[in-house]
Amino acid sequence: MVSRRQFLSTSLQAGLALGATSLLPAWSLPASRGNTGLSTLTGNRFDLKVDRFPVTIGGRSGMALGVNGTVPAPLIRFREGEEITLNVTNTLDEDTSIHWHGLLVPFQMDGVPGVTFPGIRPGETFQYKFAVPQNGTYWYHSHSGLQEQLGHYGPIIIEPKGADPVGYDREYIMVLSDWSFEDPYRIFKKLKTMSETYNFSHRTVPDFIEDAGEKGFGTALEQRAMWGGMRMSPRDIADVTGATYHFLINGHSTADNWNAVFNPGERVRLRIINASAMSIFNVRIPGLPMTVVQADGLHVRPLEVDEFQIGVAETYDVIVQPKDEKAYAFTAESIDRSGQVVATLGPRPGMKAKEPALRAVPTLTMKDMAMDHGSMDMGGDTASGGMKMAGMDHDMKGHDMDAMSDSAEVKRGPGVTKLAAMPMSRLDEPGLGLEDVPHRTLRYSQLRSLEPNKDTRAPEREIEVHLTSNMERYMWSFDGVKFSEVTEPIIFHEGERVRMTMVNDTMMNHPIHLHGMFFDLVNGGGNHMPRKHTVIVKPGEKLSVDITAEHVGDWAFHCHLLYHMHAGMMQVVSVLPNDGRNKPMSHDHPPSHKASMQMDGQDMKHEMSSHDMGAHDMEGHDMGSHGDHKMGGQH
Amino acid sequence: MRQTVRTLSLGALLAATLSATPALAQHSHDGDDSPAPWSQADAYYDPAEMAEARAQVQHHAGGQNFWFVMADRFEIQSLDGEETGVWDAQGWYGGDINKLFVKTEGEYSFEGDEVEDAEIQALWSRAISPYWDLQTGLRYDVEPDGKAHGVFGVQGLAPYLFEVDAAAFVSEDGDVTARTEVEYELLLTQRLILQPRLEANFSFQDVPDRELGTGLTNLDAGVRLRYEIKREFAPYVGVEWQGAFGETADIIEAAGGDAQGTAFVAGIRAWF
Repeated sequence: MVSRRQFLSTSLQAGLALGATSLLPAWSLPASRGNTGLSTLTGNRFDLKVDRFPVTIGGRSGMALGVNGTVPAPLIRFREGEEITLNVTNTLDEDTSIHWHGLLVPFQMDGVPGVTFPGIRPGETFQYKFAVPQNGTYWYHSHSGLQEQLGHYGPIIIEPKGADPVGYDREYIMVLSDWSFEDPYRIFKKLKTMSETYNFSHRTVPDFIEDAGEKGFGTALEQRAMWGGMRMSPRDIADVTGATYHFLINGHSTADNWNAVFNPGERVRLRIINASAMSIFNVRIPGLPMTVVQADGLHVRPLEVDEFQIGVAETYDVIVQPKDEKAYAFTAESIDRSGQVVATLGPRPGMKAKEPALRAVPTLTMKDMAMDHGSMDMGGDTASGGMKMAGMDHDMKGHDMDAMSDSAEVKRGPGVTKLAAMPMSRLDEPGLGLEDVPHRTLRYSQLRSLEPNKDTRAPEREIEVHLTSNMERYMWSFDGVKFSEVTEPIIFHEGERVRMTMVNDTMMNHPIHLHGMFFDLVNGGGNHMPRKHTVIVKPGEKLSVDITAEHVGDWAFHCHLLYHMHAGMMQVVSVLPNDGRNKPMSHDHPPSHKASMQMDGQDMKHEMSSHDMGAHDMEGHDMGSHGDHKMGGQH
Repeated sequence: MRQTVRTLSLGALLAATLSATPALAQHSHDGDDSPAPWSQADAYYDPAEMAEARAQVQHHAGGQNFWFVMADRFEIQSLDGEETGVWDAQGWYGGDINKLFVKTEGEYSFEGDEVEDAEIQALWSRAISPYWDLQTGLRYDVEPDGKAHGVFGVQGLAPYLFEVDAAAFVSEDGDVTARTEVEYELLLTQRLILQPRLEANFSFQDVPDRELGTGLTNLDAGVRLRYEIKREFAPYVGVEWQGAFGETADIIEAAGGDAQGTAFVAGIRAWF
C-alpha cells in the first residue's frame, strides 16, 4: 500500500501566469499577438497548478477554474514512449483531478476520483508519472464535479517516436469549448428542474401554420400530435445552448478573433480538440477543404472533406492547404445552431474573416426515435447504409454472436421514457443537420485506420449497453441505472476481445468515452477499423465497437456531455487480471506481435511503404517525410 | 363518531408523512455493508480514502438532491369591478424519485382587505413512472376555517404535453372533495407563450360550511399570455371564465351573488 501522493516543496515553477488576465499560453495566442505556429517544444516534467482566476471572454470578465492561470490550460507536449512527470498542485478549497483523455496510462494514473484514485485534496500536490505507447493529439481535463465547464482543460501533443506520417509546414491547435458566465451548478440545477430552460428553438405555432401550408393541415397536425403524444420535442438537440454559452476557440470568442497565419500553398496542420462541456460542433472552413489525417490521436487514411461533426472529447487532425491570399473563416457551429465561433486563418496576422451566417436549426425525425417503419423516405442517403446492422460485414469467423450476446436488461422506471424499438446503424450518416449540406461531410463509415489493426481477433462475446434517459426529469443512465445506483461494474477479463454494442434509446447524440482502451469501431473497415477513444452514438442508433481488454484496472465509461455524466450516465469497466481462464491474447498473431500488443497495439512504427497510398489521393505530398516541417514558432 | 374519524385520518396522514421523510435521502453506497462495486485502486491508495471518494463520485452522478420554487400564478383578478389577489405556488426538495412538495394557493380580497382563502399542502411525492408522481400528505386551510385535509393525488405530464395536477382531499370532518388542474402551452414565439388553463372542483357530498353542493362545484377556464423576459421570469395578462354549478351555484345565487363571471387577470410567473 504505497501512497503515491507527494507533497512537493514550493520550488514549483507553477507561477507562470498567475492572476494575470491577459496572459495565455503561447500556443493559444492569435497571430496578431505573435503566434505563427507551434514550436517543437517538448519536455518530460510539467508543473501544473489548479486555481481560480479571472478571465476575459468576449470583453466580459468572469472567474475561471483551471490550470496555471489560463483557459485553455498549457500545452503538454512530449515524446512517445518517454516517461513524463506531472506535478499537479491543488490550490482550490475543493478536490480536483486531471484525467489524460485518450492516453493509455496505468489506471492508477488515469485521474478519476473514486474510480482510479482518491482525487487531489486542497493544498496537495499529486505526482502523475507515466510513459505512453502512442502519439498524436489528445487533451486533459478535470474529472471532479463540474470543473471542466469552468475552464479546466488543455491540449496534449505526443510527438511520434519515429517519422510522422503526416507532412506539414506549420501546425496549430484549435481547442473548441463552451463558456458560460453562469455557475455550472446553477446550470445543472436548471436542467434538473426545468430541463428545457436553455432551448429557444422549439417548434412554435407559426412554424405549425407554415407546416400546414406546406404539407397540409392534416399532416402537420398528425406530426405535431405524434411528438406531443410521445411527450417529446423534435427540437431537443442540445440541453445547454448559445442562450448561455459563449463558444470559444483557444479561449477566444468570435469577437476576440483568434487568428492564425499561413503562407499561401503551405500545408497547415490543425489539431482540433473539442474540449466543450456540452457542445457538439460542426466544423468547416468555407472555401477550404480539410484532409482528415488523425481521429482521436490515431492516424487515419487521409480523407478530404468540407465539413465534419466533432463530438465532445473527440479530436481530429486535418491538413489544409490555403492557396489564396485571403482570410478563411474556421467555423465551429453548435449542433443545435444556437451559436458558433469563428477564427481566422489568413496570410497576415490580425486579419478577420467574414463570419458565415448561422444555418437553420435542424429538426429531429422519426428515425431519431427509432420507432418508424417508414423512415426510409426520410432521406435518400440512409437507404444504403441505414439498415445495415453494425458489424454485419465484419468477419465474425464463424462465431454465432447471438448465442454469446449478453443482452442488457434495461431497468424500466421513472428514469427511462422509452426504448428504441428499431435501432439501426447510422455510421453512414454525417450527423444531425449535415444530411443535406451541399458539400462533402465526414461519416464514421469512411474512417480507416492508417496502420493495420494489431488485434484482429473476432470478439469472444458481446455485451449490449443501452443509453437511456428521461429528458423531462433530466435523468441520464446506462441500462436505466444511474451511476449513483450502480452496484456492479461491467466486467472485462484481461486479454479478451469484447464487442460492445451500444443502443441509443434517447433522442440525443451522446459522445461515449471509455478510459484506458480504444474502441475499434465496427464500420466495415476490415483490419483497418478506426480506433477511437470517444464515439458519438446517434439517436436511435445501434453501434458496435470491439475492445481489446489489455490494461487491468477500473476504468470510467461515460457520456462525455458533462451534465449527462453528472446526472448518472456513467459506469465503470473493470478489467480483471487474467486468472488463466482466458487464452493468451494475440493467439492469432505471430509471437513477435505480442510485445507491441501489450502496449495496446499502438506501436507507431508506421509501415508507410507498405500502404497503397494511390487510392487515397494525397495531392502528391510525401506522407513519410517530416523533413520539411518548418516551425515558425516564437519560442 | 366524527371525532373518531378525525383522529384516525389525521393520525394516519401524519404517520404517512413522517415515514416518507427518510425516503428523501437518496440511496447511496456510503456506510452500507454491501461490497465495493470496484476496488482495484485500493492496491495503490488508502482503501478508506478510496471508499469515501467512491461514495462521493457515485452520489454526484445521479444521487443529488435539488430544490425548486415556482409561483405559477401570482396575479390580480378583476371581476365586476372587484379585485382579488390570487397566488398559486409550489416548491420541492428532493431527488429524482422522492421529493417533499409544498404547495400553497389562496385569494386575497382588496375590497374586504382580508385573505378569503389560503391553503398549504405538505406532500411526499414519489415518481412512479417516467411522467407521473404520486403525491400524498396534508393540506391545511389557514382561511376560512382552519380545517385539515388528507391529500392523495397525482401530478405529471399527460400525453400531448398537458400538465396535470389532480388530487382528492378528505377533510378532518370526513368530507371528500377533489380538484383537477390542467395546463397547456402554445408557443407563439420562443418567449411569448399562450397558456390555456382549466381547473375543476368536485364535492362528493354537500358541505354546508363551505357552501358546496354535491357534484361539480366550480370550473375556471382561462388563457394567460406570458412573455418570458427570462425563462425564470414572465409577466402575463389573461382572461378567465369562472363558474359555479349545481347546488353550489344555487347557494351562491340564493345569497345574491353571481354564479358565473369573466375575470381579467394580470400577474407574474416566476421560478427559482
